[in-house]
Amino acid sequence: MIEFRQVTKRYDSDHTALRQVNFGLDRGELAFLTGHSGAGKSTLLKLIMVMERPSAGELIVGGQVLNRLPRRQIPYIRRHIGVVFQNHQLLFDRTVYDNVAMPLEVMGSSPRDTGRRVRAALDKVGLLSKEKMNPMQLSGGEQQRVGIARAVVNKPPVLLADEPTGNLDPALSADIMNLFGQFSQVGVTVLIATHDIALINEMGRRTLTLDHGRLIAGGQPFAGGASGH
Amino acid sequence: MATDPRRKPEAARGAAASRSPWRQQAESYLNHHRKVARDSAARLWRNPVASSMTWAVMGVALALPVALLLLLTSLEGVSAGWESSARVTAYLELELPEDRARELREEIASDGRVTEVELVSRDQALAEFRTSSGLKEALDYLDDNPLPHTLLITPEQGARSQAGVEGLVSFIQAMNGVERVQVDLGWLQRLNAMTDLLARAVWALSLLLAAAVVLVIGNTVRLSIESRRDEILVAKLVGGTDAFVRRPFLYTGAWFGLGGGVVAFILLQLSLWWLSGPIERLAGLYRSEFMLNGLNVDGALALIIVAMLLGWLGAWVAVKRHLDDIEPGEIAGG
Repeated sequence: MIEFRQVTKRYDSDHTALRQVNFGLDRGELAFLTGHSGAGKSTLLKLIMVMERPSAGELIVGGQVLNRLPRRQIPYIRRHIGVVFQNHQLLFDRTVYDNVAMPLEVMGSSPRDTGRRVRAALDKVGLLSKEKMNPMQLSGGEQQRVGIARAVVNKPPVLLADEPTGNLDPALSADIMNLFGQFSQVGVTVLIATHDIALINEMGRRTLTLDHGRLIAGGQPFAGGASGH
Repeated sequence: MATDPRRKPEAARGAAASRSPWRQQAESYLNHHRKVARDSAARLWRNPVASSMTWAVMGVALALPVALLLLLTSLEGVSAGWESSARVTAYLELELPEDRARELREEIASDGRVTEVELVSRDQALAEFRTSSGLKEALDYLDDNPLPHTLLITPEQGARSQAGVEGLVSFIQAMNGVERVQVDLGWLQRLNAMTDLLARAVWALSLLLAAAVVLVIGNTVRLSIESRRDEILVAKLVGGTDAFVRRPFLYTGAWFGLGGGVVAFILLQLSLWWLSGPIERLAGLYRSEFMLNGLNVDGALALIIVAMLLGWLGAWVAVKRHLDDIEPGEIAGG
């Protein structure tokens, strides 16, 4: 589903964020991405989101090589990737429902379809009763869950999360990790960047460790798109 | 819209919208347009002071050239009216017998472009000249009548334009027995030259003011883009195309244009109403039929449509310039 082949990202001559990163993630796999701050976690996620382009190497997501993807194709790639941010990036000028509906709106899905899917996503994260509220009225954990509902509402095959539990207490964090686990069980490839080691250990999943842009652990040989679990 | 030409097989389950028939797609596309149009109108409405300021600026900038254009068309109407007094005078050859002159008169009168032809015989002309010029004694010294037969030709309504009259002149000129044709179009040409000049000036001014309108709207939309930065970021993040992100701002520009056009129309009607009294008096003094015409329904519609297009164009400029700067890159911090 996600494959990095010798991917290097250089911002300028003296700052290399990623060096020859090699790894593959299969469909339905859940993995953690960890490393000290500045190790390149965010860069790696940005490359998958096509917010950045690799300087060298090949990056394949869902069978598509992203390196030379034309700019106007980028939105269509992003529709297949759900993203959860530490600061959730919710819009406070609209309701929870409208926030979650955004990915469907950009795809042009019908209002009936939108209603059904938004409610399903909100139900999944346990916030169905708060669809009419403004995200500002919600607690941090709830806001994060709204962010997750938005990320999964159009059932993307890939889900990325950048420090999704950064601001949450352990109980809430475990809740959220549980959710991610459930998504991976239905075939979503989940990659979670975090430095919450306790949480990682508790989950006992594959962990990719970055150190100064190099992948020092967890970078198993390409799983490849075909090799299954 | 949502059909991804390079859809991945794994993604098919995640993109129900791309499976739905095109009819449904078109419907939801139109729905989205309606929603965005409504939403951007509502946003303008929620900031009545700022919006009406922009409308006022646009209105003034549009009303000025349109007022001048109206003045111009009214002036052209006047010159068209005065053209009716244009008369063509044909002087016949000196030796031409009067019978032949009568034949010529018949011939010219039968032309479709002519309503009336009056023959002034040389004797008649001399007599008139004698009484009107005060050169009675001087004329007595002449052996012969120096004046030729003359035809006074009134062109038909349709032939009273400058080109029509010129065509008529060359037709008569070419006739046998006609010495010289004269038509006093000089003053008409001068008036036409002046209105031409004025027309150019008005168009130049219109272009400048249209550019000003585009810039004003561009700047206003730029501010609105800044204030909706987060929304743009999220839309781009979840896969909104450039067209999707642009749309609300283009509608905003068009709504600004609509308001500006309406304000311009109101300003025009008000100033027309205010000026109509004095203009009537002035025209009366000149015994002219001059009338400052207002905008008719078509004109008002055209004004509003042009205003909307200008607003849309201004928004487009701003969007092109600033929307690309907003990329979700900075969201996902270090």
